[in-house]
Amino acid sequence: MHVAVLIKQVPGTTSARLNPETGTMIREASDTVMNPLDEHALYAAVQIKKTRPGTKVTALSMGPGSAQKVLQEAAARGADQGVLLSHRAFAGSDTIATARVLAAALRKLGPVDLILAGEKSTDGETGQTGPMTATLLNFPVITFVRRLSVGDGSVRAERLVEDGVEEIELGLPALVTVLRDINNPPPLSMREIIRAKKLTFPVWGPADLEIEEGSVGLKGSATRVVKVFSPKFARNTTFYRAEDGEKAISAVLDVLQKRNLI
Amino acid sequence: METSDSLLVLAEVRGQKIHKVTFELLAWGRKLAGQRPMMLGCAVLGAGPEAAGPEELDELIYRGADRVLVVKMAGPPPYPANLLAGHLVRLIREEKPAIVIAAATTSGRTLLPIAAARLGTGLTADCTELAIDPADGLLLQTRPAIGGNVLATIKTPAARPQMATVRPRTIKPAERDPGRRGEIISRTFNLSPESAYEKILHFTRREDEKTNLEDAEVVVVGGKGMESKENFRLLEELAALLGAGLGATRDAVEAGWAPFEQQVGLTGKTVSPKVYIGAGVSGKIQHLAGMITSGYIIAINKDPEAQLFQVADLGIIGDAPATVTRLTAALKKLKS
Ligand SMILES: Cc1cc2nc3c(=O)[nH]c(=O)nc-3n(C[C@H](O)[C@H](O)[C@H](O)COP(=O)(O)OP(=O)(O)OC[C@H]3O[C@@H](n4cnc5c(N)ncnc54)[C@H](O)[C@@H]3O)c2cc1C
Ligand SMILES: Nc1ncnc2c1ncn2[C@@H]1O[C@H](COP(=O)(O)O)[C@@H](O)[C@H]1O
Repeated sequence: MHVAVLIKQVPGTTSARLNPETGTMIREASDTVMNPLDEHALYAAVQIKKTRPGTKVTALSMGPGSAQKVLQEAAARGADQGVLLSHRAFAGSDTIATARVLAAALRKLGPVDLILAGEKSTDGETGQTGPMTATLLNFPVITFVRRLSVGDGSVRAERLVEDGVEEIELGLPALVTVLRDINNPPPLSMREIIRAKKLTFPVWGPADLEIEEGSVGLKGSATRVVKVFSPKFARNTTFYRAEDGEKAISAVLDVLQKRNLI
Repeated sequence: METSDSLLVLAEVRGQKIHKVTFELLAWGRKLAGQRPMMLGCAVLGAGPEAAGPEELDELIYRGADRVLVVKMAGPPPYPANLLAGHLVRLIREEKPAIVIAAATTSGRTLLPIAAARLGTGLTADCTELAIDPADGLLLQTRPAIGGNVLATIKTPAARPQMATVRPRTIKPAERDPGRRGEIISRTFNLSPESAYEKILHFTRREDEKTNLEDAEVVVVGGKGMESKENFRLLEELAALLGAGLGATRDAVEAGWAPFEQQVGLTGKTVSPKVYIGAGVSGKIQHLAGMITSGYIIAINKDPEAQLFQVADLGIIGDAPATVTRLTAALKKLKS
């Protein structure tokens, strides 16, 4: 079977700090990583290879040229092939425009049985790209999945919702978005990293995908960012010392009582 | 798509009940309709609420809906998400609303992207503020971006409808006015199976009475400063007394003090309670990403330099487990 995994390169936050004056994030521009949930999606895909021999895993990423790095990481983690979707015309894509590019690439890849994506990314945080991509391919979707098993022509999944857990069966092809609890990806082996560093992956643009440049990127996006601003995070803090004893406690009770929470 | 001057709110249905986040959506709807006259419709998918009794649907009118659109579906809930999305698309095609909003819950965050993609329009996720631009009458959709560090305002200039999911507790639920009048209309669509639908083999309702983290009006979060798994029990007790949701930092989850389900932050859940209490939480940027929009923030930390104090309204400098214990005792006294 053919499993595709959608992988996004996101800014790293390991070295990020909060600017105490402005309350905005300070971080290194060069620091990028694979979206954490996509590691889980990829590991879920690689595990299918064990139970279903002959399974092929393809990693797909839309991003700048530098996103070769996350595809190399995907290869080091067991992906069999990778494609980078990168072109000027893709820049500034919102989720629907991104989904158009990913869906076109998935069509070009030939029959795909299962697509895995992260439930959300740490930078976009929309959780929309997966379901939108599926819909454009006319694939059904299962979101918020914490357990997944693949059978002949179908999958079984546990979907975590606010008031409980749905146990679901769905015929393939389909797209599944995963939560972190789905698995525990092992750390990368040094040998695999070194091997993957030598790989470069094919880059597809609008011409390869046979899509109109105007339907993707900023031009093809349905939404526009009209303003970006920093909210004021710093608040006027009232401090108490625990030694002040009852004063601190009654201040907390007061806050809760004023809001009718107790 | 041509649109009419109407706004459609997707009711959040859990089992047979209309969830109260729907009243928040109706509050947003009324607010927007106050800025630009629009008919406010509320879509109820499936047979659940109707079966629960007529007052379940009337309530939506009391809370601000001009029309309640009940979309009939075969059988009892739960319904497959892909099937629900198919019905929602049909309703939108028929009603042609200018704006569609839903809650940023698992349901809204699943149905709306499917619907938006099928309609070829845009969608803004997890908005914390909605308004109408007086200049052109378009919907201004504001959401936290880059891990909650900036706010971005987004518009959908040409594609229709303008669609957004809205984070719970970003507005007071619409007030109830039993004198309000409105229509309840039923719709039935025969969906051609353009795509397959999933089968829900089994639904396990969460039985524990522990409050759901994302729904909670108060959230108590423990970090490494709670010092041990045993001390985490103190937080559990406090949370139970307050009817609060119990959360944890990633470090506390990794220490095995709490399950991942309770992680709050960039790679965990996003909460926005009326009151957030962080005990022994340092307030690293990745944690702030999941709680910065909370209404009132209380930080308990022994280090006066802890970053969480920078975003707190109330800071208690001192031992977290001891403070939690005293707070619990004071609450018990108050209740008895
Ligand atoms: C990609 C990425 C994603 C991440 N995602 C998340 C996420 O989703 N959620 C999350 O929470 N973190 C996340 N993190 C981790 C985050 O950076 C912090 O490491 C984490 O939030 C710190 O947890 P903590 O506050 O419990 O621990 P610490 O940072 O160790 O802080 C403990 C605090 O407790 C105080 N303390 C110690 N003892 C006491 C005491 N007896 N009484 C009172 N105070 C005491 C200390 O002064 C300190 O401030 C992520 C990190 C990365 C790199
Ligand atoms: N540019 C992209 N390239 C590949 N996959 C993506 C891209 N953007 C989003 N995804 C996938 O969609 C998921 C949700 O991302 P988001 O919609 O940004 O929250 C991610 O976890 C990825 O699996």
